[in-house]
Amino acid sequence: MIPAGFEYARAGSVDEAVGLLGGDEDAKLLAGGHSLIPLMRLRFTRPSLLVDIGRLDDLRYVRDDGDRIAIGALTRHAELVRDPLLAQHCALIGEAAAGIGDPQVRHRGTIGGSIAHGDPASDLGTIVVTLDAELVARGPSGERTIPAADFFAGMFETALARQEVLTEIRVPKVPAGVYLKVERRAQDWATVAVAAARVDGRVQVGLTSMGPTPLRARSVEEAVAGGASPADAAARTADGTSPPSDVSGSGEYRAHLAQVLVRRALEQL
Amino acid sequence: MTRIALTVNGSRREADVEPRQLLVYFLREQLGLKGTNVGCDTTSCGACTVLLDGESVKSCTVFAVQADGCEVTTVEGIADDSELHTVQQAFHEQHALQCGYCTPGFVMATISLLKEHPNPSEEEIRQGLEGNLCRCTGYHNIVRAVQAAARAGA
Repeated sequence: MIPAGFEYARAGSVDEAVGLLGGDEDAKLLAGGHSLIPLMRLRFTRPSLLVDIGRLDDLRYVRDDGDRIAIGALTRHAELVRDPLLAQHCALIGEAAAGIGDPQVRHRGTIGGSIAHGDPASDLGTIVVTLDAELVARGPSGERTIPAADFFAGMFETALARQEVLTEIRVPKVPAGVYLKVERRAQDWATVAVAAARVDGRVQVGLTSMGPTPLRARSVEEAVAGGASPADAAARTADGTSPPSDVSGSGEYRAHLAQVLVRRALEQL
Repeated sequence: MTRIALTVNGSRREADVEPRQLLVYFLREQLGLKGTNVGCDTTSCGACTVLLDGESVKSCTVFAVQADGCEVTTVEGIADDSELHTVQQAFHEQHALQCGYCTPGFVMATISLLKEHPNPSEEEIRQGLEGNLCRCTGYHNIVRAVQAAARAGA
């Protein structure tokens, strides 16, 4: 349970981190480490170099950005939970963050690390997809903005290039939002979870652990837009999903859970 | 090897560590602070909980190099000379332990919890300690101890 050996470098800036990533093709970024270190301990991943960006405190913030909220990628889950701006303008982020892991995990884990990891069971991945957030990344040729809809490419795969660092997450201010999760045990990953929010007057719904990436429940959204009741709209939850079967539940069970959670979420909005 | 300098239980310590050295093994094997236990080794059980800059963390999931320049507090560092820490005293009085293996982690997690929520409800205590497992399942007395520590102003 000891990770394989690796070289370690602490970056003093994002640009330095980008440069360090360029020097070693098996390098990985280390932020809070709460997705990466468990995998390294199991030797599921063996990076040759860890570039530690955990001290880049200028990436730890939550700011009012007009009609959006800008969140620095190194903002920790515990900070998302208690942030007053998020509580006022995008409360479902704090709600989702409060259910990640346990207090010790939330003291270390970061929003950027969680999203960049690309785990389909990640709560915050579903949130950014549901809200049509923008993800800002910096690489050797500068900064670019990636729509959340284009960010998750597959299980543990994202649109980030090898040398890119996720720096900021921009979410819309939403008047109402909810995140409902079912987990088998304390501190577990979501068996299934559902995010729902009103974005620009439209109801948007996202699903956790219902496929290889966070998903949007587009059929549900269309039904709601067409005036369907929560129960009738929720009946379309499974459209376009491919829920996995594993120790936490069968795909069939997940599809059932997701439908129930979508109905409840729509009723609460 | 990487040179690190940190404060552990109030004393400045410097050491050369392999980057892959986990904080818990650094504390136990290099500093000889064996009060912090290794339970599950998978970020689940919380037996290895210590305070890093005042906040509870699982030291099996932090590299020692990440603690460079930080302040680490282990269960050895909380009593005041011969006086037990309020949380230790409460665990003692409420018999909040059976085999005791999980206890250092629970004590450190409780200190962090009470800092964030000085007067937690029973529900908040149970949620706030969800990162710590007691395989003797002695949770009732642990909750009572946390309530007693909160009353005593821990």
